[in-house]
Amino acid sequence: MSRALRFLAPIAVFGVLALVPLLSVDTRGLFASPLDSPGTLQLLGLCLVFGGLALTYDLLFGFTGLLSFGHALYFAIGVYVTNIAITHWGFGMWAALALTAAVGLLVPLVVGAISLRVSGIAFAMVTLAFAQAGSILVSKNPDKLTGGEEGLGLDFEPLPDFFVGVLNTKNLYWTALAYLIIVCAVAWWAVASSPGRVWQAIRENEQRVEVLGLRPFSFKLIAFVVGSFLATIGGVVYLLLIGGSTPEVTTANFTLTLLLMVVIGGTGTRWGAVIGGILYTYLDNRLLNVAGSNAVQDLPGFLRTPLSEPLFVLGVVFILIVYFFPGGLVGLSARGRRRGRRLIESAVGRSRTEEHAEAGV
Amino acid sequence: METFVLLTITALGLAAMYFLIASGLSLIYGLMGVLNFAHGAFLTVGAFGTWSITEHLDWIGNETLRFVVAGIFGLVAGAVLAALVELVLIRPLYRRPIEQVLVTVGLALAVTALVQGIWGPEVQPFPSPQWMRETTTILGASIPNDRFVEIAAALIVLVGLQAFLRRSRYGLIIRAGVENRAMVTALGIDVRRAFTLVFTIGGVAAALAGVLSSVYFGGVEPHRGTSLLIFAFIVVVIGGLGSIGGSAYAAVVVGLTQQYANYYASSGLGDLAVVLLLAIVLLIRPGGLTRPVVAH
Repeated sequence: MSRALRFLAPIAVFGVLALVPLLSVDTRGLFASPLDSPGTLQLLGLCLVFGGLALTYDLLFGFTGLLSFGHALYFAIGVYVTNIAITHWGFGMWAALALTAAVGLLVPLVVGAISLRVSGIAFAMVTLAFAQAGSILVSKNPDKLTGGEEGLGLDFEPLPDFFVGVLNTKNLYWTALAYLIIVCAVAWWAVASSPGRVWQAIRENEQRVEVLGLRPFSFKLIAFVVGSFLATIGGVVYLLLIGGSTPEVTTANFTLTLLLMVVIGGTGTRWGAVIGGILYTYLDNRLLNVAGSNAVQDLPGFLRTPLSEPLFVLGVVFILIVYFFPGGLVGLSARGRRRGRRLIESAVGRSRTEEHAEAGV
Repeated sequence: METFVLLTITALGLAAMYFLIASGLSLIYGLMGVLNFAHGAFLTVGAFGTWSITEHLDWIGNETLRFVVAGIFGLVAGAVLAALVELVLIRPLYRRPIEQVLVTVGLALAVTALVQGIWGPEVQPFPSPQWMRETTTILGASIPNDRFVEIAAALIVLVGLQAFLRRSRYGLIIRAGVENRAMVTALGIDVRRAFTLVFTIGGVAAALAGVLSSVYFGGVEPHRGTSLLIFAFIVVVIGGLGSIGGSAYAAVVVGLTQQYANYYASSGLGDLAVVLLLAIVLLIRPGGLTRPVVAH
């Protein structure tokens, strides 16, 4: 029964999501315009992309125990390399995708090999530094390739008609949904595979994995490259959906928001990161509208100012979740709560062993 | 030659700010194992505290005195915020280090957003005293005077911190705690008070960096804390986590590398050179410059 449910639940969920562009339901309050309007579909598509992207981050953080602060770099590779190849170098779509894939595999391989020489917090800082290098590169605008702070609009001319025009927003929505399905399929399959089991063992206790005769380094590198490459694909879908590249996607804050999504949804779970990513993106966009509404604008200044900043609201919600619901939203069910507690205990156990290792130095 | 002198002293001014941020980060990490992402928020609050009080201090005639009074207000703001963060947010999460990091991440985003909400995202001009904006000629190079203020402030903090850590009883407890926290606790000493103290010291140093960076860049901006914090992280890793002296050396190396590469190679290359430097240091000495080489 439960096995059948595990199999059928995703099919039902994705099936319903696939039908959304065909429904002309008035959803005032939830969205600014009807469900099948381009504006709403674009927002929903963004939500799906970030649902998938959050899961790629969770593959590192929740399943392997790697706290990376540089995930934005790999997403940005998808957003920028594809765009530059098409818009500046006149590549066709497939050639641009091939180039992006090559860069999207090579960069995490090199960066991962260097930064995995250290672990724990030092790893977090090193990945952050590499991502920062990417961010600086984009904002310095070498050869006017990236457009600097202005960003770079995508030249839609070489793309198939399928992706072009406001009327085809539903196709972009389906592309985003396909991306989410692919990420879910790969992530669930990888986590259940034998390297995936080693990832989770590394999360629980890296020393024990080493004692068993396995090299954690190679397994961590695989997780890093897989998670990063899936993020690069997400970047390409995001580029099509937004129609351009802006430097925000390269920043450290962008990675931090991914961390927020994963923790809000629940780390190391089947659906947690996906739900977190979708909900966060929705709130981030809708809170701006709520902030502009009369209800908020009529409030006294000391209430209005904080409520007008979505990131303030989301940051506070995040802190509250860390305190009161350590398992995230999916952890609200009793089973999830037990799981969340176990994850935290393992996280604490991990850092304790690190402490001991350091004390021994 | 003039350019070289100007570059070097500017680099040292920048290094001074990196050190002020990194010293607190390094102490907090060394003692408590917390990577404090909210450190940039302390810097931002220090800078904006100083900037926002200045306009209410018109009654102080002397420009320098007004700057000092406003600066002290900024430092107090940074200290109070840091102490509150430790007592209210970090303390309940002792023994849960990953969640401590998460909380500081949330705090960093929320504080930056709040400051942006109150004062807007643009750069606001910072009223530094006239003499700091003038220049002094050294070996033919015209050096803006604020560079000397930054370097002097960092040296005072460095010497003061070292003296505090080496001579005082609390310094002894902190040093012992960095070495082995479990042992200090086992000896019946309450390390928690040292935690609050270290956070407060870090908050003051970061707020000082906030005030000085506003002078250096000529304005205040909500996101400067985040961007300087990243370089401070690099300084901490290169210098070796938990070492004040290491942070000082690394800050100078990073500052010089950045300025020289920016000028002699190409503009914008300095930041990349720093990341490259980090990669090289990690490949050769994974524990940072001040730690013995250990196989991981």
